[in-house]
Parts: sequence; structure tokens; C-alpha cells
Amino acid sequence: MKGMSPLNIKLLRDIWHMRGQAIAVGIIVACGVAIMVMALGTLSTLSASRDAYYERYRFADVFASVRRAPESAAARLREIDGVQTVETRIVRLVILRIENVDEPANAQIVSIPDDSDSILNKIVLFHGRYPEARSPDEIIISNAFAEANELQPGDAIEAVMNGRLRTLTIVGIGDSPEFIYALGPGTLLPDDRLFGIFWMRRRALEAAFDLDGAFNNVSLTVAPGTDTATVIDQVDDVLAPYGGTGAFDRPDQLSNAFVDSEMNQLKTMAQIIPAVFLVVSAVLIHSILNRLIQTERQQIGLIKAFGYSRSEITWHYLKFAIAITTGGVLAGFALGFVLQNLITNLYAETFRIPDLTWRVDAFALVAGSVAALGSAIVGSMSAALGAAKLSPAEAMQPAPPINYQQSWLRYVLQMRWLDEPTRLILRHIFRFPARTAANLFGIAAAVTLLVGTLFSFDAIDDMIDQMFFRTNAHDAAVTFFEARNESAVSELSRIPGVMAAEGVRDVPARLVSGYRSERVSITGLAADAQLRRVLSSDGRYVDMPSTGIVLSSQLAGMLDVTTGDTITAHILDATRPVVDLPVTAIIDESVGTPAFMDIATMNALLDQPPTVSGAYLKLDPQRQNEFEDSVIERPGIAGVSLRAAAIASFEETLQETIYIMMGIYAVIGGAIAAGVVYNAARISLTERGRELASLRVLGFTNNEVGYILLGELAIVALIGIPLGCIGGIALAHLIATAMATELYRIPVTVNPSTLGITALIVLVSSTIAALFVVRRVRSLDLIAVLKTRE
Amino acid sequence: MTSSSSHQQTSADPEILLEGKGLERTFLTGEVAVRALRGVDISLTRGELVVLLGHSGSGKSTLLNILGGLDRATAGTLRFEDKDLSHATDAELTRYRRRSVGFVFQFYNLVAGLTARENVALVTEIANHPMQPDEALELVGLGDRVKHFPAQLSGGEQQRVAVARAIAKRPQILFCDEPTGALDSQTGIRVLEALDRVNRELSTTMLIITHNVGIGEIADRVLRMQDGEIIEETRPNRRLKPSEISW
Repeated sequence: MKGMSPLNIKLLRDIWHMRGQAIAVGIIVACGVAIMVMALGTLSTLSASRDAYYERYRFADVFASVRRAPESAAARLREIDGVQTVETRIVRLVILRIENVDEPANAQIVSIPDDSDSILNKIVLFHGRYPEARSPDEIIISNAFAEANELQPGDAIEAVMNGRLRTLTIVGIGDSPEFIYALGPGTLLPDDRLFGIFWMRRRALEAAFDLDGAFNNVSLTVAPGTDTATVIDQVDDVLAPYGGTGAFDRPDQLSNAFVDSEMNQLKTMAQIIPAVFLVVSAVLIHSILNRLIQTERQQIGLIKAFGYSRSEITWHYLKFAIAITTGGVLAGFALGFVLQNLITNLYAETFRIPDLTWRVDAFALVAGSVAALGSAIVGSMSAALGAAKLSPAEAMQPAPPINYQQSWLRYVLQMRWLDEPTRLILRHIFRFPARTAANLFGIAAAVTLLVGTLFSFDAIDDMIDQMFFRTNAHDAAVTFFEARNESAVSELSRIPGVMAAEGVRDVPARLVSGYRSERVSITGLAADAQLRRVLSSDGRYVDMPSTGIVLSSQLAGMLDVTTGDTITAHILDATRPVVDLPVTAIIDESVGTPAFMDIATMNALLDQPPTVSGAYLKLDPQRQNEFEDSVIERPGIAGVSLRAAAIASFEETLQETIYIMMGIYAVIGGAIAAGVVYNAARISLTERGRELASLRVLGFTNNEVGYILLGELAIVALIGIPLGCIGGIALAHLIATAMATELYRIPVTVNPSTLGITALIVLVSSTIAALFVVRRVRSLDLIAVLKTRE
Repeated sequence: MTSSSSHQQTSADPEILLEGKGLERTFLTGEVAVRALRGVDISLTRGELVVLLGHSGSGKSTLLNILGGLDRATAGTLRFEDKDLSHATDAELTRYRRRSVGFVFQFYNLVAGLTARENVALVTEIANHPMQPDEALELVGLGDRVKHFPAQLSGGEQQRVAVARAIAKRPQILFCDEPTGALDSQTGIRVLEALDRVNRELSTTMLIITHNVGIGEIADRVLRMQDGEIIEETRPNRRLKPSEISW
């Protein structure tokens, strides 16, 4: 310590002396900073890796599907202003037969040019090679699918292509920027075992699907600065005669939208959650510093008497806060890096981005430090200024005794029925309302944070319940390659094991209300549909009305319409009718932004005979295997998804993430509670050590003295927990609103068990922290108390 | 007013309540061993009022701490009634303090958050056969101040609350460490009157430690300590009333 100013030496000794409390505050600061570093760091990792991937492998800007367009149409697309590159393709869903996999699996087959690599959405090839131009059965498969099914180049896989069972040979394993998040038909989470992407030479696909000289999918890039909306309109005009289903740009591209949605959630997390930590740490620093200054009154008087200025004293105490916080910030960086690595690894399983590796986000470090130090300075300023303002003569006197007085509270707090220790506890609570409020706030903040984060697991349960049980009573969903006559449904119902079948029709559409416009898929359901139903926000089933359209609340919000309003629907199918439809009901769906109509009304609008694009089936559980075997051999079926497999995959995929995230939240929420309780108990022990030692001398046991010391905190915790639950539900609403995207929104569901778990986490961590302090009751100096005056 | 009760006890065969033999206490401060007590023999009989005089550093507080169960002797024996306290555990010492011993401190050590009555009740609640808090406060002349908080009482009044608190559980021994040390003489005398009254009316054995020689005149017996030893024991011919003494 040579060369260090005496005040700085004092500072270091103060911190050493209060190291328990300093560590408690430091941990809370560290948690806040860590979450910021983790969220922003992961965000920048995702964003940078994705952007590099997109650029290097030429992710397209605009995408469109058609039923069948001649290659000549591509030339007209190239003529559109701003369009740079056009690549036509064939993209089809096929059903797979995989050894040792019972459930029907699907692949999306995407064509690659015969003689070259793709121009857009290029493949990053990890193993093997490209298919030979002349070989009709060679494919590249996506990496995740290969890993999940333990497939390697050289292996074979069976696929039903246009009704014919073909044996395909895997020659390569790769990925493309188009399928960072690869979703099979009718699923919300990737199921790498049951859904994969296959790439095949164009000529082979043309032959398999009777698309000689034609394409059914196109992607294009536009010059920088081009308005994609204008391009989309022109693409739609060109493709309309060929059964175009509406072009869309990156924000509507499913894989990209999911990555965006995840990044949006990380951003929300980085904005909301660290704030809770930093406010709590500021409050704690304030209380610690206030107490330290009380203890050091006489020293402060002395230092001022020596001629130190107010600003020197203010700065001295600010440094105390800054030093503690800096320790927390550095620990937060380290913890944040660890968490970021953990989360990035989790993401790497879901988001197939090559080079998705841990990287330091300098902005997160700067933002974390500034936020933490800023809140520390705010928290400590009033206490530090208070110290500087003490007049030397006054400060050198001992602090006046705590003045308890009978007040208006006396009638309330007569508390004759209570014993003295309890009465003492209650008086202390009311005697220091600001401190009680600060402790209450700290406990409530811990609970708020826990409820506000752990609720998402209840929300996921609720989503599963809604998606797979309340609204869907079917066991299997079948998708056809293209719209077919309703008789296809009765054919399905004759497959062994099918107990009931209901047709469904999805048509792409652009819905317009005023200047607002959204591209969606309208689902046509039978008026009396039983296997797929929709629910109003109060949980009642809504039947399909014979006229008008039913919108999900999410979509109604995006279009700013409500029941009774009229919207214009541009249906992007066949005759492309434009119709005005009244909004007849608003319903509640967690996933996507769906719209529904009566299927008969829809077919009438399209001027078509009864037509379906898929069907929902109810299966006989005893004969499910029979069904699975025979369905994949039916012609015209693009995909089959089984509800049971979807649920299993959903839960399996989420399980690991849930446990890891729950663990992280539980630890950091517990850290807040422990920090608050430890700090409050230490301050109380310092202030009342003499009083408590006197009680020990008078014959009170350690436990009785511990009761007086901690009873106050126990009461604060018991009040703080329900308050925190209310705050947590409010935070849940805030987070759910902030995180809602067009892909899905999180329902605000908080189960009583979550409140129970939260209370338990807070009580256990508080108790552990309190026990650390109670240990010190045993070492109270009973002898010193007889001799010394406070 | 006579001092009959104390004379009776000194003239009859006095029952020994607390007895220490060969008490030693050595503190290790760094490399240096300080012998605060060097083999003290002391016995207190039931109902007597003993004043222990000595200068700072003479060892009187160390002795009181050991007798009061706050500290343990390095060597020697301590008996209370028929119990050996020489090797008592913490819990046993706590029980001893709780059931049998009262303390009055130099700086009162009242609990700021409790009224006078409640400060007394704090102790009566954990006692076996306590008196009513109001009765104890009446005994020290504070019957009209029961609802006041410490901050609303004078130093002398606070000390009398402390006395009431100490005696309310009817302890067999009351240890007072410089009970008037923080008070002026007028106020100090009122506190001594309270102690004197308790000793006479409740026959509570008392050990008062002080460096104030004058206080010795209210005692049955005066012990003088120096350098960790009791060097003198005197029995005043007549026990004076606190109002008769001066310092």
C-alpha cells in the first residue's frame, strides 16, 4: 500500500471489512451484467454469423412459389426493375421411409442446377460431393437430418416421389441459408429426425414431378436500395397466370423470421431483465453506504476537520460504490461469457448456422459497465453527499440515539397480545419505513424476476395444450401436393385405421385494411369441423360462420380491425378474386397469424367445386401402424404429420432448453434474494449488535436473539413474496408483449406451482443467506457490550 | 431504618450462593500473556451487598464477567449453589444467566425500540417466576414512566429501568458494572437507592463493581482489587443509606 493515499487505504480496508456485503452486491451486479453480456453477445453472434452466412451463400431477397411456370417466365422476372439475379427451381415435399423410424417423415426436395452449384441459396457442403448431373437418384441431405438419423454419404433412403417409391443415394451432407430453422409441414419446432432438406439435380426432379422445362419456385435478389414491396407486386403480376401464390421477402421467409424472432427475444431480455438487477443493486449500495457513513460519522468529522473538502469526501464514498460495482461488472463479464457459450451451443442445435461460435460483443461490455456503474452512482450519490454535508463538530459527536416514540401507530401497534421480541421486530419495521421498503423492494424484485421469467414454461405448456389438445382433436394431418377434389377426403377415410376425416383448404391471400396489408394463409374449415377448431379469447369454441372471415387476435391487431369491420382479401390462387369480407369473429391462437373461413364459402368465392388441400384425420389407436404403412403409398400426398410425434418432438426439443434456462433463472433470482437478505441482516447486526449482545448477557439464547434479528426480514419476505408475485405477473405481461412476433405469441399463463417454486427458491436462498449472518450472532462480544457506549 | 436484614445474615451462619476459588484469567494478546486474574478466592452469600473497588485494569470487570457467566476462568473453580460452572457449556452459561443472574450495565443497554415496561417485560417473559414489569418499575420509582421509550428518559431514569429489568425476574444475584459510572452524583444516588431497596426487600445478592470508593459505604462488605488480586476485605460497621454518602 506504499504510495497510496491514506483515504484510499481506508477505502480498501472498508471494503475488506464489509466484504460479505460487497460480495452480495457484486453478485447481483454480476448477474445483471452477465445477462446483458449473454443476451447481447449471443445476439451479435447470431446476427454476425447469420449475415456472413447470408452473404457468402447468397441468401435470396424475394421468394415465390407457383403451380407450374414455363422457364420463359424467368426472363420476364429478370426484366423487373431492381432485380439482379433470378434462379428458378423445383421445390417439393416428399414422404420418406427411414429405417427404424415408424412415424411418417418428410423431406423438402430442392433442385440445384444440372451442371453447376446453385446461384442463390447456395449449399455449404460439409461432407461428400454434389450429385452427378446424369445420376437421377443422388442427393445431398441437410446436416441436422443426417445427424439425427445417423446418415452418411453412401447410405440410401427411400422417398415417395409423385406416388412412386424411389431409393435415393446420399452423396453429400450440407446446409443452406434458406433453412437455418427448418420446419416440417404443420410443426412449430424443428424435428430433425422427421424432417430434412434434400437437394437434387434439376433434371431428375423435372422428370420425377412432370415439370419438364418448368419451375414451381423462384428466388431472386434485388439491387441494394430497391423497394422489395414494388418488386413483389411485379413478381406476383408475372407469376399470377401460372398459379403464383404470392411472392414474399426475407421478413416473411420462415427460417429467417424465426431467427429474427429469436433475436428480438434476446434484445428484449437484454433490455428488461438486467434493469431489475441494477435497480436492486443500486438500492443495496444505497443502504450499505448509508450504514457505513453512520458508522464513520466521527471519522468523517475528523477528516473534514483536517481540511478535506466536500467533494473529496463525496468522491471517497462514491469510489466505494464504484469499486464494489467494478468487481461485479468484471465477474459479470466472466459469467456472461460462460452463459453466452452455453446459450450459443443451445442455439447451434436449433439454428443451423455454420461458424455459430462464441464471440465477444464490445457493445455489450460497454453498455453493461455503463449501466452498472451508472446505477451504482445514482444509488450512492445521496448517501455520499449526505456524508460530505456533515459539519465536523456535529459529526464528531456520537449519532443521536434512535428515537422511538408513541405515535398514531400506537393504537395500531399496542400489540398487547404479542411478546416483546415480536413487538420489537414490528416496531423496527415501522421505525425505519424507508429501509423496510428497500428490503421489501429487494425481495419483491427477486420474486418478480423469477415469476416474470419462469412463467414462460407455463406459457409453453399452455401453448402445447392449446395447439395439440384444445384446438386440434386430430391424430394426423395430411397435406396434398395441390388442391384436390373433396372426394380425396373420402378416399383417405377408407385407409385402414382412419376413423374420421375432415377436409381443409389453405389458400394464400393478402388481406388489406386501409393502408395496412398482411400476407397470410386463409384456412377453410367445415362449419361443423370437429378435428380442428378455434377458440375465442375467453376459451369458447367458435364455429365457422357461413359468411365473412375469422381472424386471430394477432392478425386483427396487425390489420387494426375488430369484429364487424370489413377487410379486402386478395386471394392469391387460381382466379385471384378480390373480395370484401366482414370480420365475423376474433379468435385466440398462439402460433402464427392465421385467418379462417368456412370451406364452402371459400370454394364458392374461388368459383371452384368442393376442393381441399389437406385433411385432418382421427385414427384408431389400435391400428395406427397399419395407417402409417399405407398412407405413404397413396399418390398426391406431400406430407403427413402425427400429433403424437409432434408433441413428443416439441417436448423433447424444449426439455433441455427449459432445464438450462430454469436453472439459470433460479440461480440468479435466488442470488438477488440472498443478496438482499444478507445485506439487510448484516446492516441490522452492525446497528443492533450491542443491543443483541445485551440480550445475550441477559440470558437470551442465540436462537432467541437470531429471531429478533431475522424476524423482521422474515416478515418482509412474507409480504414481499406476494407483492413480487403481482409484479411478476405484470412483468410476464410486459415480456410476453415485447416478445410477441408474427410467428407466435406467448400466452401469459402463471401456474400456482410456478408461484410456489418461486416462493421456495426465494425462501431457501434467503434462509441460507440469513444463516450466514446468524453464525455471527454466536460471536457477539458479550463483554465489550458492558463497557462500551455506542 | 436499620440494616437488620443484612446483619441477620452476617451474624447467622451465612449460606454461600456463589463461590470462586483460585480463579485465574490470562489473556493472550499477540506474544504477550496478560494475567488479569491471579488466583482470586471469592464467595457471595445469600442476600448480601458486596462492593468491589479497584482502579481501571485491576481485574474487577474480568472477575465480574467470570462470576456472571460471560467468560470462563483459565484456572480455578466456580460453583453456584451446588452446580459446578467451571466447565459449563455455552448453553449452560446462558441458562445460568437466564435463570439466576441479573445484570446492570454502565451504559444501561436498554432496547431503544421498546418502552420502559416492555424492556422489563423482555426479561420477565423468559423468566420462571418474574414479578410484574409495572411492579419492578414501581420498585425503582418509575411507576409513572412505564410507557416512555429510552430516548424519552434521562440517564438516571434509563439506568433505573435497567435495574428494574435486571431484578424483575427475581434473580438470585445481581451484577452491576459501574452502575453510576455514566451519571452525575444526584442521579447516581437515586440509582443506588433503587439497588439498596431491591437488596433489602427482595434479599437479592448484589455485586457492585465501581472505582468510586464512596459507594463502598452502602455495602455489607467491601473488596478491593489490585493487579488481579483481592488485596483487602472490609466490613463497614454500619451500612449507610445511599442518601448519606457522597462522592
